[in-house]
Amino acid sequence: MWKWLHPYAKAEKSYALSGKLMPWFLVIAIPTFFVGIIWGLAFAPADYQQGDSFRIIYIHVPAAMMAMGAYSTMAVAAFIGLVWQIRLAEMTVAATAPIGAVYTFIALFTGAAWGKPMWGAWWVWDARLTSELILLFVYLGIIALYNAFSDKILAGRAASILTLVGVINLPIIHFSVVWWNTLHQGATITKFDQPSMATEMLIPLLIMIVSFASFLGLMILYRFRNEILQRESHRPWVIALVKQSLKTNKRG
Amino acid sequence: MFDAFVQIVRKDLLGAFRQQSDILNPIWFFVIVVTLFPLGIGTDPALLARIAPGIIWVAALLAALLSFERLFKDDYIDGSLEQMMLAPHSLTWLVCAKVFTHWLLTGLPILFVSPLLAVFLSLEENTFWALFLTLLIGTPILSLLGAIGVALTIGLRKGGVLLSLIMLPLSIPILIFSTMAIDAASFGQPYLGLLALLGAMLVGAITLAPFAIAASLRVSVS
Repeated sequence: MWKWLHPYAKAEKSYALSGKLMPWFLVIAIPTFFVGIIWGLAFAPADYQQGDSFRIIYIHVPAAMMAMGAYSTMAVAAFIGLVWQIRLAEMTVAATAPIGAVYTFIALFTGAAWGKPMWGAWWVWDARLTSELILLFVYLGIIALYNAFSDKILAGRAASILTLVGVINLPIIHFSVVWWNTLHQGATITKFDQPSMATEMLIPLLIMIVSFASFLGLMILYRFRNEILQRESHRPWVIALVKQSLKTNKRG
Repeated sequence: MFDAFVQIVRKDLLGAFRQQSDILNPIWFFVIVVTLFPLGIGTDPALLARIAPGIIWVAALLAALLSFERLFKDDYIDGSLEQMMLAPHSLTWLVCAKVFTHWLLTGLPILFVSPLLAVFLSLEENTFWALFLTLLIGTPILSLLGAIGVALTIGLRKGGVLLSLIMLPLSIPILIFSTMAIDAASFGQPYLGLLALLGAMLVGAITLAPFAIAASLRVSVS
């Protein structure tokens, strides 16, 4: 059943496949971004309580979701890498960590910018904010650990173990607004049966989430390909690839 | 199997008692850090009692960080860690013995000096017992989490700062729940629920962390 997957444990095959997939992610990410952001910022109705400042939700929520989504990706990849000893999965962990960290930072930054008019403070020590900040620290720890090893195979494995240890933080972030009485508002869209948001506001948000998700996929693939090239730079297929691209560059 | 456990604990304890400064220095550090706060912030007893839980827990975290250096380093340098990995017993189990000894040498002394600190920071009796219980449940979790960090960074030349970068974020939840429990106690509210949460974390850490530690050691020593 899983036989079709086996060839992709080889770096060359994975490199080719991710190269084929990248344009699709790009084709989805860019139009959805422009449609979502223009619809959300200009045409969606203003909130009856928060006025126009609620519109930052169109950046904040997708970024926060992808911050956790990137971490889940890393956790799954780390598990696969450690259990089935697939080195490419460990490369995925290393490739995803910086992107996840940036998304987390965006979520925190936009959250602060939203908190200032709504709560009257840039930062409050509320459960959701604190756990998101811990997520950022965990990301930075993984990146630092990965960079500290000179042997990248060991580095990938060490980063994968740390990723799995840090998974404990994900449910804490997600349920922090349920478990504690916090300033941060509860979930708006994950309860699909009865979303606590008007449809005209919800659709652009969903579009933005699709856009952020495909951008995340695009960036992961991009960094994953770089990682492969760096690690396999002594292999014949990489050398052949470089020679070929040099040739086409000269012609162009 | 238990034999191997006892052997490792005995060897580590003997080694530690022959070099007592290794045990005492983190404890001195702990006491000194805590005494710095009243001098830095002011000696008003009400203020001190209010911030005492945070001070003591942060100091305990820092003291634990200092002591982690010893957990696997000597064994790594003199090669006995490799012997442990080659031993016929499971590494996961032997690692439990190492962490247990580490807690005996660093967590337990902190519990012993905590009454002294309670006097320094003018804690009431009820609050002190909450502090004591959170330390009793929380310090083993710190030892387990720290051991993962140490095992990951042991082969690196500049592991010290990295260890704190890895370990401190993971220990934040313990800090939060412990200080919440102590705060609840100082307001005369029940805090058993928070202690139970800490206990759940401890059980989870005891079951899962040894596997992570053993896996990390295999990465670092290879």
